[in-house]
Amino acid sequence: MSETAKYEPHTVYIKPSKGLSSLNLSDLWIYRELIYFMVWRDIKVKYKQTLLGMAWAVVQPVMTMLVFTFLFDKVAKLPTEGIPYPVFSFTALLPWGLFVTALNQGSRALVAHQNMVTKIYFPRLILPTASVFAGLVDFVIAFFILVALMLYYQVTPAWHLIWTLPLFLLLAIITALGVALWLSAINVQYRDVNQALPFLTQFWLFATPVAYSASVISAKWQVVYSLNPMAGVVNGFRWALLGVGNGPDLTFWVSATISILIFISGLFYFKSMEKTFADTI
Amino acid sequence: MTTAISVKNIGKQYKIGAAETKFRYNMLRDVIMDTVTAPVRIAKALVGKSDRRMNQNYVWALKDVSFDLEEGKVLGIVGRNGAGKSTLLKILSRVTEPTVGTVTVRGRVGSLLEVGTGFHPELSGRENIYMNGAILGMKRAEIDSKFDEIVDFSEVSQFIDTPVKRYSSGMYLRLAFAVAAHLEPEILVVDEVLAVGDAEFQKKCLGKMGDVAQQGRTVLFVSHNMSAILRLTQEAIVLNKGQMIMRAPSQEAVDYYLSSGQSQAGEKFWEAEDLSVANAEFTPISLKVKERSEKVVDTVRSTESVFIEFEYQLNSSITGLRVGLYVSTMRGEYIFTSFDTDDAALYENFDTRSAGRYVSRAEIPADIFNEGRYMVGVNASSFGVKRYFMDENALAFNVDISGAPGTQWGEPRVGPVRPRLNWKIEKIDN
Repeated sequence: MSETAKYEPHTVYIKPSKGLSSLNLSDLWIYRELIYFMVWRDIKVKYKQTLLGMAWAVVQPVMTMLVFTFLFDKVAKLPTEGIPYPVFSFTALLPWGLFVTALNQGSRALVAHQNMVTKIYFPRLILPTASVFAGLVDFVIAFFILVALMLYYQVTPAWHLIWTLPLFLLLAIITALGVALWLSAINVQYRDVNQALPFLTQFWLFATPVAYSASVISAKWQVVYSLNPMAGVVNGFRWALLGVGNGPDLTFWVSATISILIFISGLFYFKSMEKTFADTI
Repeated sequence: MTTAISVKNIGKQYKIGAAETKFRYNMLRDVIMDTVTAPVRIAKALVGKSDRRMNQNYVWALKDVSFDLEEGKVLGIVGRNGAGKSTLLKILSRVTEPTVGTVTVRGRVGSLLEVGTGFHPELSGRENIYMNGAILGMKRAEIDSKFDEIVDFSEVSQFIDTPVKRYSSGMYLRLAFAVAAHLEPEILVVDEVLAVGDAEFQKKCLGKMGDVAQQGRTVLFVSHNMSAILRLTQEAIVLNKGQMIMRAPSQEAVDYYLSSGQSQAGEKFWEAEDLSVANAEFTPISLKVKERSEKVVDTVRSTESVFIEFEYQLNSSITGLRVGLYVSTMRGEYIFTSFDTDDAALYENFDTRSAGRYVSRAEIPADIFNEGRYMVGVNASSFGVKRYFMDENALAFNVDISGAPGTQWGEPRVGPVRPRLNWKIEKIDN
């Protein structure tokens, strides 16, 4: 037994958890290295044995942007508030891509790691959390494409607003994580989630101002429209990067509140279901 | 002496029959009603107030179990399948929560169950060591300091940067075991490891357990292998139907367990729905492992004969029928095959069997099996004509080697057979 790894035993009390009593987030801190390793593994494995490798992180959003440009700019000629359409849509595709990855990977995270869940103790929150963080790498790569696009189309960023971008990114992560928490926990018991995901992402995309501008929605529907938490995130990204739109107004705060509610309720729902994961998965 | 594990009145309740409700439609009306009420039901299910509760039965997999275990002690846990052994270990390792009761555990709990959990085929051996170590709760610095040791132990050093999907299964297992073995938990739980891996791997596991115990760490050992329980533990508890019915020195606990007849059934019955309708001529009924006294047993002594009885029904007369036994190790290696008409006289007499109920009974002489668990497969066929029935994994039984040749040394022996050979020792020169 090596002396370097001397470890002071700590005492663990195991008892039935009552209701929503313990979020026990300190465990998440103790296991922080596992989050790091899970993220690292997801990234490492994602493009293994593919011809294009990391280039997929570029190809996917660029192809989507090209299709959108053809359909909504060249054919439908949607208004873009003076911004070249490719830049306009790509700005929205950044948070949207992050969200979709989180939705797909995150909601399958528990089921995909069944053997870990049924054999070992670790805070289950790690699995969906790591999936969401792994999506950030693709986000960063796509961000550089956006910079290139802006240079090419000579779009000046909204310098005075750009400091707010990290806040909107945080909101995007919170939204994605909140939805991933809900869906991953439901998926443990009801695999319907896997079936519903493709539709869900598709409808959600239509309900979010990614391909079009939120300004095409008539004024009286704006508040209803902003019940979609991703609407606030996408509008926020456009505002912070390109300076279009109104910035944080009532509709934004409605969106943001919904995001936070989804996140907090997701956390509690996940925690309350956590104790049965190993039995029902 | 400090207490490593303190278990107080724990119980674990499971629901059974949750799946039944899915198949209870018998009228279109039910289907429609069910579809209409689905949103309400889903909403209720999501908040955990399922109305299915009425249709469900609850069972206590574990009930009112209490014990304390001092640091450095090795405790055996015996009981038949479903007695709650695995549930107990799952609660101790925090995989699942108890429904009632509390457990206090001092230190990290590791289990040899976790071998290879979280291994990713695309990652290299090196990457998997870090990944797996983190999953098992090791700190990065801890893995760094043990890395070389782990690689040495696994004997795969020249392939350490190759993706593990290119490893042979033996290499894979060795690497996985090496990581688990270096976790050095304060408390080690071992559940039926002896059923997986090859003989050498099993020896390694047992050796590791011995080391761990000698280092003064606490071990919980669950096994159906009574000889291993006797060899490795000083004390054992007996579980039956979720309740702890005895805690005693191992010899006493094992004797009680074997004699109280609650050791696992040792018989198998085939139900009509298990059987293929294609072979209407032959219906298997039961397969039993018995000792000389006609008692059905799950654990037999290697020093005594074992009787295997296969009962079946012929629904029409069959010519050339032979009913066979295949005995294999749990790893699936055959030890022998034998047919009821191997004997020339029986072969003549039972050329044609008329319709009716039969028992084919084989006596396996003493001093054949080594300790461990073995699988009996059955087969019924007319050679070169037709196979009527086959079940390769019909029934498993354990062999206890108390009093067998060579047990004075107490070390495990490799190989599935343990014959009593006629040795002579002569002195031929000075």
